[in-house]
Amino acid sequence: MFMLETINSTAKPVSRAAPPVLVNLSRRGFLSTASAGSVVLGLSLAGCAREEEAAPEPEKSAAEEIDTDELGQEADIMGGDATPSLFLAIAPNGRITMTCHRSEMGQQVWTSIAQVIVDELDGDLDNVDIEQAIGHPRYGDQNTDGSTSIRNQFYRYRLVGGGMRTMLVGAAAAEWDVDPATCRAELGEVIHDESGRRLGYGDLAEAAAEQPVPAIEDIKLKERSEWRYIGTEAPSRTTPKVIRGEGTFGIDVNLPDMVYAVIAHPPQLFSKPSRVDDTGALQTPGVLRTVRLPTLEPPAMFKPLGGVAVIARDTWSAIQGRFALDIDWEDGENADYNSDAFGEALQETARAPGKEQSNKGDVAAALENAAQRITAEYYAPHLSQSPMEPPSATARWTGDKVECWACTQHPQAARSTVAAVCGVPEDDVTINVTWLGGGFGRKSKPDFIVEAALLAREIGQPVKVTWTREDDIQHGYFHSVSAQYFEGGLDADGKCMAMLHRTVFPTISATFEHGVTTPSAGELHLGASDNPFDVPNMRLETGESSAHLRIGWLRAVCNVFHAFGVQSFADELAHAAGRDPRDYLLELIGAPRMFDPTENGAEYPNYGRSLEEYPIDTGRLADTLRTAAEMANWGRALPEGHGLGIAAHRSFLTYVATVVEVAVDADGGLTIPGVWAAMDAGTVVNTRHTAAQIEGGVLYGLSNALYGAITAENGAVVQSNFPTWRLMRMNEAPRVMETRIIESDAPPGGVGEPPTPPAAPALANAIFAATGKRFRRLPIIGANSDRLDLSDAQDA
Amino acid sequence: MAVTLNINGEDKTVDAGEGTPLLWVLRDHLNMTGSKFGCGVAQCGACTVHVDGTPTRACVTPHDLLEGRKITTIEGANGRVADALRAAWEAIDVPQCGYCQAGQMMAAVALLETTPNPSDQDIDDAMSGNLCRCATYMRIRAAIKDAATRI
Repeated sequence: MFMLETINSTAKPVSRAAPPVLVNLSRRGFLSTASAGSVVLGLSLAGCAREEEAAPEPEKSAAEEIDTDELGQEADIMGGDATPSLFLAIAPNGRITMTCHRSEMGQQVWTSIAQVIVDELDGDLDNVDIEQAIGHPRYGDQNTDGSTSIRNQFYRYRLVGGGMRTMLVGAAAAEWDVDPATCRAELGEVIHDESGRRLGYGDLAEAAAEQPVPAIEDIKLKERSEWRYIGTEAPSRTTPKVIRGEGTFGIDVNLPDMVYAVIAHPPQLFSKPSRVDDTGALQTPGVLRTVRLPTLEPPAMFKPLGGVAVIARDTWSAIQGRFALDIDWEDGENADYNSDAFGEALQETARAPGKEQSNKGDVAAALENAAQRITAEYYAPHLSQSPMEPPSATARWTGDKVECWACTQHPQAARSTVAAVCGVPEDDVTINVTWLGGGFGRKSKPDFIVEAALLAREIGQPVKVTWTREDDIQHGYFHSVSAQYFEGGLDADGKCMAMLHRTVFPTISATFEHGVTTPSAGELHLGASDNPFDVPNMRLETGESSAHLRIGWLRAVCNVFHAFGVQSFADELAHAAGRDPRDYLLELIGAPRMFDPTENGAEYPNYGRSLEEYPIDTGRLADTLRTAAEMANWGRALPEGHGLGIAAHRSFLTYVATVVEVAVDADGGLTIPGVWAAMDAGTVVNTRHTAAQIEGGVLYGLSNALYGAITAENGAVVQSNFPTWRLMRMNEAPRVMETRIIESDAPPGGVGEPPTPPAAPALANAIFAATGKRFRRLPIIGANSDRLDLSDAQDA
Repeated sequence: MAVTLNINGEDKTVDAGEGTPLLWVLRDHLNMTGSKFGCGVAQCGACTVHVDGTPTRACVTPHDLLEGRKITTIEGANGRVADALRAAWEAIDVPQCGYCQAGQMMAAVALLETTPNPSDQDIDDAMSGNLCRCATYMRIRAAIKDAATRI
């Protein structure tokens, strides 16, 4: 998530406007698999390099081998260290190796980045090996979060592929003594059509390494019509391993002489043990020893929570040993946190006038003059990301240096945090990135990796830390609880003339700066300040709220609750106006135009990109909405007890609209016969895996909306495992789900997160259509019921 | 206490604590990491293996009760049904992160071994014990139906 760069700058921010620089790295040993005679091309992110000027010396193995004369010239161009961020190598046998600097967590980034690079390279996608990069600033932005991998790097990936193609063509032209312009490249060969000669990339690699690196402006990128792989269904590069039980996730790492750790974390944030009796733990078979971890002092940041670790010869023994620990925990500053009472207070705050965040017209006067006024309150609880692979990390010290292996979305933050907490230079920390068994934002936070590093140093042996599911659910970085308050004013024709939106939630900022009570612009632009409704009088206000758990980001972040509020309220207005919800939502979105939230006084980051490049285009939002409605055959006659609900939302520079059909029986039993979702993500690299992200993202949203709630009593999370923290199962999934990717030439938007926000309001709106009952509080069903409580919901 | 287990057709002797669940014997003692830890309480199915052909949650099954039984893990799942499922899983790219998929596939193998042409209800009944946070359920259902046509 983008927040990290603005709130807690543990990673070096990347200037996205800075021009990329290509560097020839052949024979410098950057890639372990690159043999002699390979051509290796690097890509530098110049903005990042500038940041590195003041950083400690670069990684030694790289620094020793860099030709400073050659790089000196590059450094002048870009104003800093030219150590490249992305490597592409061709070996004499023609095999292509790509170093993937982003984390693979199921979004199929190994596949999509390779598609983009190899397309411009004119290579053969079947002839590519992937190496996973370690965490290092030389790779540019590695924080695999915020749906950024393609949308922020698409152009750079194309340049590195096109740059190497240019060098290969140059080498072939020199070999044949012909004009490079008379040669072309195709599927790993350079071809000279006039003479019928052709040479494979492998045969050209050594000579290509001697070619000058082309200037960026001299790299001729392909026309869209020439793309071979971009925009296709290229199969996953991980599936063939997954289906055989191969591939290494963080929890699968196994080192010689490794021992296993499980940690008893403090039940409350910022509490600590007042008494520890480890007698029982040490008597547990297989347990080797216990270790007290340092007490966590605010702010929480990415530091370990503290507690007591049990070290054992296998994970099971460590878990049993933890059961046998006898610990008294001191009450800390969050001992009074009870989420039910806190939620009521949040809602009360949302009822009172708050701080203006954006304003257009005069909402108060317009509400005063409205023919009809509608008020609604929405509430959404804390959630847990709960990836199927819980956090797990392994660490090994050699002298004063530590090497870690972990399922991390943010290996550079892992590197800097391990260094800071362990008190060693960052260059003495190596972070190896494994596959991630899901991330959803949880694995952007490297607290568990620091635990492994601390324990391995303390016991002088490699150690794997495994978080049990209970740890994951009770001690995470939680999606924020939220309360929202809306007032709408309709004129005599039902047209919306005024809308007031108040949002109150503990801010992610509090995790990084203790005691912060106001939401950031980076949170408000996730579905609140960017609301593009064409309503003449609109106002956004916020209230203050304190944080009592570690607040973190979860797939789509504040978009989840803001879309639930805005899109539910739009449905309520439609009902009040006696209008069809789709038609009314289209009217609220208004005529096609480019909306600029700063015109209403909002501070608006637009996901780090300019509004010129990525406008808020209401025409695209409306098109997406119409498409989803058509797919669902909106307006068709429905069986008794069925209802259709619709919602549309822009997030991460991408537009998604979703229609949900529900069937509700007289006892409140709910099934989902169908879901239809349309996405306009601009240029899409892999249509198959984008469709999979739509499917999974929608169901992630439906699962949380139906069942998900993390609650706290006396500062401690109540839920502990899957019986009480409930996820959607196969029998609860929709029977039919259709997705559509809208064709677009626009620059790529995000894909992983945007499908989630519209799911909850589309579901709640469908339930209203089916039953006449409005669910304004999430979760709709919860962990302990098998049906809707129709008596509990407020009547419309 | 040394125990001999027959895993994927091979006898393996392990020395783990009494009552240690099979999952941790596989993962920590035998370095067979294809079977995954998801919950430890038989609620997610990520650890699913077969014991004498029956899908079994390895995270709650003491390994020392399994002497003389035939244990099959994802690494050793072979034969017409497993091959058909792998082909179907690959054809439509069922996995996203892949972490739960060994358990999903072991559950699906057991389903198709007993029910070659499963209905939606059969799939619900057989697969609802296996959680997927990426929510690949639509593709799991489609792949099971596709595999049934390949056998």
